[in-house]
Amino acid sequence: MKRINRRSRMMLFTVLMAVMLAAVYSSGILISEDMVTGSFLNAKLPPCPAHPFGTDALGRDLFFRTLKGLSVSITVGLAASAVSAVIAVLAGAAAAIGSKRVDAVISWLIDLVMGIPHTILIILISFALGRGLKGLIAGIAATHWCSLARLVRGEVLQLRSERYVAISRKLGKSGGFILMHHMLPHLAPQFLVGLILMFPHAILHEASISFLGFGLPPEQPAIGIILSESMRCLSAGMWWSAVLPGLTLVLLVLMIDRLGEQLRRILDPYSAQE
Amino acid sequence: MALEAKNISFRYGRRQPWILEGRSITIDRGQRLAVFAPSGFGKTTLAMLLAGYLEPVRGEVLLDGKQLPRKGICPVQLIFQHPEKAVNPRWKLKKVLEESGSLREEVLDAFGMEQAWLERFPRELSGGELQRFCVARALMSGADYLICDEISTMLDGITQAQIWKVIFKEAEKRNMGILTVTHNRYLAERTATGIIDLTI
Repeated sequence: MKRINRRSRMMLFTVLMAVMLAAVYSSGILISEDMVTGSFLNAKLPPCPAHPFGTDALGRDLFFRTLKGLSVSITVGLAASAVSAVIAVLAGAAAAIGSKRVDAVISWLIDLVMGIPHTILIILISFALGRGLKGLIAGIAATHWCSLARLVRGEVLQLRSERYVAISRKLGKSGGFILMHHMLPHLAPQFLVGLILMFPHAILHEASISFLGFGLPPEQPAIGIILSESMRCLSAGMWWSAVLPGLTLVLLVLMIDRLGEQLRRILDPYSAQE
Repeated sequence: MALEAKNISFRYGRRQPWILEGRSITIDRGQRLAVFAPSGFGKTTLAMLLAGYLEPVRGEVLLDGKQLPRKGICPVQLIFQHPEKAVNPRWKLKKVLEESGSLREEVLDAFGMEQAWLERFPRELSGGELQRFCVARALMSGADYLICDEISTMLDGITQAQIWKVIFKEAEKRNMGILTVTHNRYLAERTATGIIDLTI
């Protein structure tokens, strides 16, 4: 059998991922409230054909709860990492193009945010903004832009000193033209890869903050909530209530991470031809 | 009507040695000069100063008695030694020519460029093929003065002759001033009417 090259494999992977994400997201929306409201008659059931992930202590179907939780996670992850990536590009470009003082302030800010453990900062921001979806997204977005911003800053600094940029200026091109035609095409791959690699981080942080009780409200079927509820029943032998939702989360995060990694290797000229 | 450097001095930092000290050069419209010196005597630095890529530490570069314009197409264009650094690696060569508004049929013909090259990326062309684009871009941008910084060092004899022929034909037509930077004495003698020796 002929080996398919990385580019085609990557395309296949991307399509598969997009379909999976869309399926999880839409199923999360399609699942009605009745399907996740259980009855005490079938509480604490182990995995069976009717309930593939079993049911929890209140008799709610864990499979549907997990799907619904994941769709919330995807929303949070996408929103937070998109906001974060945009902040990163703006901050990085401003640091590189602006005056020495702007650069110093932004670099200091990057060091500051990177120096504080993310989880604590997210808890603080999320708590200050009244928890819930909004607080969580703001918290994650405010903490994840640093490394990408640093990368963009370096990239723009290097581009600015390129000879073809100086020539373009001598050929009478404006700063706007140089930004649009010389710089942005170089930054787009960084932006895209940074965005995708930030996505799993954001999802994991959402789950962990919700798990600790500082994120989403307890009635919302989020993965973190499911896991923290399952802690109470684990000692009663309900292994499935923690293992199966947890595994699903890990699987989703791993898949997105792999996607980002593949994309990075294709866009990076040093590994593109491997 | 001249491009003049008046008593220019330059060094790449306060603690660095002077590369050029009190050097004066005048190039008139229609004149062809060559700068000749071995490596390390500031040939490229002089070229960059005259084209406005660097500012002299002392002295000034004047075009018709005024400073070089900072906006718009610069009337003094510099062609660099390494074409692969002078074009954006993510641009097709068509866009490289479009940038200076020199994507015209007669330009392609004059430099012996093939239509197929226009759809390629810079790394898919050889150095000589790429250098033609850099020369065409600077020459056809409407400049009055052209500074050629060892532009034909890496080309074979036939290509060198071809490129120089196009440059001189265009220069004659538009009455351009040309400064050739080289460490090849024979090339300096062939391409210029006067030689400036930086070692003196």
